[in-house]
Amino acid sequence: MLNSPSLEPLLFELSDPGSASDYLPPLDVPEAPLPFATRAELDIPEVDEHSVVRHFTRLSQNTFSIDTHFYPLGSCTMKYNPKLNEAVAAMPGFASVHPLQAETTSQGWLEVLFRAQEVLAKIAGLDACTVQPLAGAQGEFCGLLMIRAYHNARGEADKRRRIVVPDSAHGTNPASAARCGYAVTTVKSNAEGGVDMDAMRAALKDDVAAVMITNPNTLGVFEAQIEELCTLAHENGALVYMDGANMNAILGQARPGDMGVDVMHYNVHKTFSTPHGGGGPGAGPVAVRSILEPFLPVPHVIQAESGEFAWDWDRPDAVGSLHGFRGNSGVILRALTYILRHGGEGLRQVSSDAVLSANYILARLKGTYETANPNGCKHECVLSASKLRSQYGVSAWDIAKRLPDYGFHAPTVYFPTIVKESMMIEPTETETKATLDAFCEAMLAIAEEAKNDPDLLHRAPLTMPVGRLDEANAAKCLNLCWTTPQAEEACESDGEPKREIAGAPTY
Amino acid sequence: MNTPTDLFYTESDEWLRREDDGLVTLGITDYAQGELGEIVYLELPEVGTSIVAGGSFGVAESVKAVGELHSPIAGEVVAANTDATENPGVVNESPFENGWMIRLKPSEELDTSSLMSAEQYAALRA
Amino acid sequence: MPYFSLTPADREAMLATIGVQSADELFADIPASLRDAAREAFANLEGGRSEMGLKRDMARLAAKNVHADTSTCFLGAGVYDHYVPSAVSALASRGEFVTAYTPYQAETSQGTLQVIYEFQSLLCRLTGMEMANASLYDGATALAEALILAYAATKKKRMLVPRGLSPAYRRVATTYTQGLPITIDEIPFDTTTGQIDGEALKEALKSGDVAAVVVAQPNFFGVLEDAPAIAEATHAAGALLVAVFNPLSLGILPPPGSYDADVAIADGQSLGLPMTFGGPGLGLFCCKQKFSRLAPGRLVGLTTDAEGTRGFTLTLQTREQHIRREKATSNICSNQALCALVATIYMATMGERGVREAATHSFHKAAYAREQLQTLPGVKPVFSGPHYHEFAVSLPVAVETIGKALAEEDIIGPYDLGRDYPELEGAALFCCTEKRSREDIDFLTKVLSAALPRPKVESGASGSDLNGNGSVHLDGVAVHYADDARTFYLDW
Repeated sequence: MLNSPSLEPLLFELSDPGSASDYLPPLDVPEAPLPFATRAELDIPEVDEHSVVRHFTRLSQNTFSIDTHFYPLGSCTMKYNPKLNEAVAAMPGFASVHPLQAETTSQGWLEVLFRAQEVLAKIAGLDACTVQPLAGAQGEFCGLLMIRAYHNARGEADKRRRIVVPDSAHGTNPASAARCGYAVTTVKSNAEGGVDMDAMRAALKDDVAAVMITNPNTLGVFEAQIEELCTLAHENGALVYMDGANMNAILGQARPGDMGVDVMHYNVHKTFSTPHGGGGPGAGPVAVRSILEPFLPVPHVIQAESGEFAWDWDRPDAVGSLHGFRGNSGVILRALTYILRHGGEGLRQVSSDAVLSANYILARLKGTYETANPNGCKHECVLSASKLRSQYGVSAWDIAKRLPDYGFHAPTVYFPTIVKESMMIEPTETETKATLDAFCEAMLAIAEEAKNDPDLLHRAPLTMPVGRLDEANAAKCLNLCWTTPQAEEACESDGEPKREIAGAPTY
Repeated sequence: MNTPTDLFYTESDEWLRREDDGLVTLGITDYAQGELGEIVYLELPEVGTSIVAGGSFGVAESVKAVGELHSPIAGEVVAANTDATENPGVVNESPFENGWMIRLKPSEELDTSSLMSAEQYAALRA
Repeated sequence: MPYFSLTPADREAMLATIGVQSADELFADIPASLRDAAREAFANLEGGRSEMGLKRDMARLAAKNVHADTSTCFLGAGVYDHYVPSAVSALASRGEFVTAYTPYQAETSQGTLQVIYEFQSLLCRLTGMEMANASLYDGATALAEALILAYAATKKKRMLVPRGLSPAYRRVATTYTQGLPITIDEIPFDTTTGQIDGEALKEALKSGDVAAVVVAQPNFFGVLEDAPAIAEATHAAGALLVAVFNPLSLGILPPPGSYDADVAIADGQSLGLPMTFGGPGLGLFCCKQKFSRLAPGRLVGLTTDAEGTRGFTLTLQTREQHIRREKATSNICSNQALCALVATIYMATMGERGVREAATHSFHKAAYAREQLQTLPGVKPVFSGPHYHEFAVSLPVAVETIGKALAEEDIIGPYDLGRDYPELEGAALFCCTEKRSREDIDFLTKVLSAALPRPKVESGASGSDLNGNGSVHLDGVAVHYADDARTFYLDW
């Protein structure tokens, strides 16, 4: 038997047929004969509105969020999500507009997307930008499709079948390359976690279509050799793709286009403060050098000399479309609002404070934890629990699980994979010094606990609604949809405490 | 770490046993199962599948890691351990016995010179 | 400046702890030439507005858009103007939901995880499918993912996609598969019924090399296909059936599970999401459980902790890019979780009866509108097949002209089918949801009527085009004179 139910029952357990409120007026047109077979039951629960409100309100209280907790997830840029963005997106003149309306009736929206295209190209130091891609991974896919189209136009598509990716890259990089039909060559990073130029030189054969880099890299270090690397790639006929996941570190401090990068994506849900929403929606605008502009997806927004905005479908070299309509426009709107609120000086202060905060945490914790950033970092620092692991058997995973008991979300652990027992901490520019200090105190206290009571850390968290979950059982006895209590009981775990899962990236 | 001496080993943590009938049995080592953690899924080839030397013959997955299974020799699959695919935990419990994975009919005489002895493998994973 | 949490004093203290003089030093590793160029470029960036000023600017931009809260929307074609109960946006805009991260750390994310599990469960019930994932970007990309799954599952490369499927979906599917060894063949529609040409489909299936057949139920023309028959032919040829559905229509239509679809995908916008210029939408992806290891995107599973307490966790993550990298089933990472939350709350609030009602009303209203519009001279239904809540009519004047005339009366729509289908030049696609009242539909009929050339009651001249010449009087029958005063007609 299940020991106890979760704090909040499932919607299905709250169902009481006939209890749902009605929301629609009676049908005011004659009933037409049904020209098709209809279904009998939907089996969708019926819950009264008040209980629905309580159910979801309680569930909301059962989750960490930026609005409630410090969330130092490295590479995720969990900064404050301004309420102004939400207020603007909720305006009916934005929220209730159909994407297929005539251009004359949607000039406001077209202007939003056009201005976003323009300002995002400038921030990147590149020539053009599409705001259609729906997330970072799709931005990568879009960028690589454009690279493929570029080589194709030069008659080299059959020859250049390979993308070079450093081993420290986000998993989406190789996954997106594979989606374009490319083979992936992984190159090892150097001892400092940067691009190993010798390995890169060796990998850059004439079958390479592009190099994908992340700058600052996933160790939070700026690739000082970036210009040399871009030159090397270009001499070889390859293009350079930059994963813009870490743009919060360099906004206004360095522009990818100036570095020699040909194409990059943004994660606006990182850099430009749009909410993560429990996993999405995001947006992944892609900025390009002029050589790639003909391949931008359709439709693209253009401005006529009259000042009117319009959809440009007449782009014969475009890679196609990545969305059924115009992209995650609502997300782009929030990002533009954020950019306009800050302006250029504000955005430079963003990167400055983000880097300051990360270095502050690094300075306070590097005596207790080992670090992959002996010379400082950019927007995130990478610490390691290797010593605690070897001395006391306490892993990065244990520390991640203990932090919530102190009121903090875990950092990213086991990523980048090139650092053992890694903990990647990104505070962002929107935390007070008091919060940063409290987090550092918690990390120091946990290091003490590791010495004195390692078992406590193996059992953590102790104050969350559930303890460590049996993830193996979830995979073996797959229950993805609620059917019956019997099905749930059939999947019961063996009741063994679950200590640790082999070090896989956990953001 | 348990490393039976009657087996041959690969650098990618598989073991091979030459059976009396000329077939070769393959599995993953105790070290490999320990690194993967609790195995929740095992995918093995169907009987009759041809395996190329150095090629993949399946995957073993834990919750957050994937182990690709490689055969150092070419051959045809004559048996796959369906007990293990149904209950992958057996690979954790008994990697060298009940957790065996496939039996191959080798394309040519087994050349053990490129494989490691128990002693060599134990040294590699020490 | 907005949104900063550090004071100048904080910054000084922090710099001292780090052991540097200024924040500038922390960027010393970036080549000076790059820093100078960036500084200069950012000095010229627009922005730096006060919240008050910016909010007003944005409101003025919003005011340049015609929107469905004050206009009457008869436009569909993939995005629908349904009614959303007030509780839905109130709950879905809670900061705890909106600003949460992906629930990788299960213990701190039980709320988000339970919502996704409920979302998956509701979708299974709605569609009759065995499993659903935690969402994809939108319907069009969900179709592309379904085709890629079909390729992986069958090892066959050829996909049959009906011409009656949304042109946007077909465009995205082509874009997504261009680097992969997948070919997409189009199956024509029967120009009388608007349904898939059954003979053409059978012919295309003969070769036995087809991985998947796609069926849209309803299709882009609002016409319902004979899905069970298509499923049978598909399965007999050893191919998978990929069903494209409208989730709210399943309040009345037989679900994809009932005709044995292998994969069922959709855009979930009709489940309580605002139109927001088409995005964010919500990609729904359901399939048979035997394809669970080939499925794209996140999955939430039910499990327990060591105490036996029920809990939820992301599961089968080994399929995903952060572990499997180039061998992942998809490159998707961020999905549309918040939109899935909206859909979940919408279904929970409306309940079985509400979902059924919204679907049923949409059907009846579209049927009424179709009936009314057909009474107008020169307006003819294009297809004879059964319809759900959209329908095509052919107009005696350019669809764009009609669109302009309707816009002047605050009516949004219809969709010009000739844009994507040259063979349907002059055909317009109208949509009715439960939000369209009889009054709305009668008004549409009246305005459209006025915009059409009329049979002459009395005429002294050859028929001239009267477009734009009429004006509408709502109070009873009125006589309208054309500009040139040579013809007149009656309004009814």
